[in-house]
Amino acid sequence: MFVEGAGELSLFGFRAIRDAFRPPFEPGEILRQLHELGLRSAPLIAVSGLAVGVVLSMHTRASLERFGAESMIPAGLAMALVRETGPLTAALLLSGRIGAGIGAELGAMRVTEQIDALEASAVDAFKYLVVTRTLACVIALPILTTLMNFSGMLGGFLAERAASGMSLRLYFDRSFSLIDVTDYVPATLKTMVFGFIIAITSSYLGFTTSSGTEGVGRASTRAVVLSSILIIVSNVVLVRLIFFVFPGLQR
Amino acid sequence: MTAAAPARASSAAEVVSGPEVALQLEGVTKSFGRRVLDGVSFSVPTGTGLVILGRSGTGKSVTLRTIIGLVRPDSGRVLVGGEDVVGMTRDRLNEVRKRIGFLFQNAALFDSISVGENVAFPLRRHTRLSEREIRTRATEKLAQVGLAAEYTRMPAALSGGMRKRAGLARAMVLDPPLLLADEPSAGLDPLTSDEIDHLLLQQKEQSRTTLVVVTHNMASARRLGDRLLMLHEGRVRAEGTLEEFERNADPMVRAFLSSPNAG
Repeated sequence: MFVEGAGELSLFGFRAIRDAFRPPFEPGEILRQLHELGLRSAPLIAVSGLAVGVVLSMHTRASLERFGAESMIPAGLAMALVRETGPLTAALLLSGRIGAGIGAELGAMRVTEQIDALEASAVDAFKYLVVTRTLACVIALPILTTLMNFSGMLGGFLAERAASGMSLRLYFDRSFSLIDVTDYVPATLKTMVFGFIIAITSSYLGFTTSSGTEGVGRASTRAVVLSSILIIVSNVVLVRLIFFVFPGLQR
Repeated sequence: MTAAAPARASSAAEVVSGPEVALQLEGVTKSFGRRVLDGVSFSVPTGTGLVILGRSGTGKSVTLRTIIGLVRPDSGRVLVGGEDVVGMTRDRLNEVRKRIGFLFQNAALFDSISVGENVAFPLRRHTRLSEREIRTRATEKLAQVGLAAEYTRMPAALSGGMRKRAGLARAMVLDPPLLLADEPSAGLDPLTSDEIDHLLLQQKEQSRTTLVVVTHNMASARRLGDRLLMLHEGRVRAEGTLEEFERNADPMVRAFLSSPNAG
C-alpha cells in the first residue's frame, strides 16, 4: 500500500517534470497561480518572518550576552536565517497554506466533476492544474524564502533596537558581515525542491480524491502532513548535498 | 428483451453505419471490479436524439463518459463521426472532444471563475476570436439560456436550475455537432426541467446537433428522443422509437414506462 502510493506519487512528479517542457505552456494560468500561491502568501511569510526574527534575536542575545558577544547577534541571526531557519520555516508554513489549498481545491474539483469537465473541454487537466501549480510553487518558494530572511532580519533588528538601541545601518552591516553568496544561493535554491514537493504531494492527493466532501477534507489534511514530512526528510538529504558541493559551508 | 417485443437489443453486427451516423458503439465492455458495460452497441444518426434510460447503476453515465473518452472501455469501439476514440492519442482525442458538448449531471461549472467566463472558457481555449468576440459569443449563449444578466456572477451564487442552464450554455458554445447530456433534469422542478428540454431541442433543431441524453424522466425522454434505449445490468435491454417502446411487452420496459416517477 505504502510502496504503491509512493510509486504513484513519484510517477505523478515525473509526469509533471516531463509535461512542463511540452506545449501548451499555459503562461496565463501560471501567472494566476503565482498570484494565488505566491503573492497571497507574502503577508503570512512577512509577519511570520518578523516574529521569528524577534524570537531568535531574544534567544541569541540571552546566549551571547554571557560571553560578551552581543555584537555578533546580527551576524549569527542572519546566518541562522539564511542557511536554515528561513528556508525551512518558509517551506513548512507554505506547506500549510499552499498544500492545504491545492489539496482541497483539486479534491473539490475532482468530486464535483470539474476535472472531468476540463478534460471534456479538450483541456489536459493534469497540465492545466498540476503543472501550472508546480511551476508556480517552484518559482515562488525561493522568492518567499528571501522575503522570510529579510523580514526575519528586520524582526531581529527591532528586538536589538529595543534592547540595545542599535542603528539600522549598523545592524545590517553586521548582519551581512559573515554571509556570502554561497550561504544564500544553495539554501534558497533548495526551496525550489520544497516547492516541488508541496505542489506534487498536494496535487496528487487532490487529484486522486474520492468519497465526496469527506475525501476532500482528508486530501487537504494529508497534503499538509505528508508534504511537511517530506520537506523535513528531504532537507536532511539536501543539506548533505549542499555540504558536499560547498564544503566551505561546514566551517 | 423478450422475443415478442418490437424493440430489439442491438448487436455489433446490426449496428447501422455510414456517413450519416454521428455516433456508434460496438460491443463496448467496461468493468470497475464488476461488469458495468457488457457488449453495448448502438448507433445514432446525425441530427437525431437518442435517450438512454435505465435504473441507477446500469451504466448510463459510464456510456456517456466512454463516448467522450473520460472512461476507456476494456473492449469494443466507440466511433464519433467515424473515428474510433478508443486508444486515440491525447491530442487526437482532444480534437474529437472539441466537436462534443457535455452537460454534466451537476453542471460541473468551474467555481473559481464567473458564469460568463465558464461559458467563454472553450472559446478562449479553442478559437482565435478576439476578447470582444468571445465576450459577445458567451453573452449570446447565456442569453439563449436566459442568463445574460448573470455573466459576472460566480457559480456558487446560482440556483441548481441556473447552474444547469449555464452548464448547457458552456456545452453549446462551440456549436458542437454532438451534445451529450447526463441527467439534464435531475434535481430540477418540472418547469425548469421543461426549459432545459426546450433548450436541448432548440439546439438539435436549429443546428442539426445530435443529442444523446441520459435521463430517468420519461416526459423528457418523450420530448427529446427520436429513439430510446434502455440499459439494464450493462446491456442494451431494449431499443426503438417511443411508439415501439410503448408497445414493448418486456416487463422491465413496462415497469419503467408506467412508473409514477417516470414523468
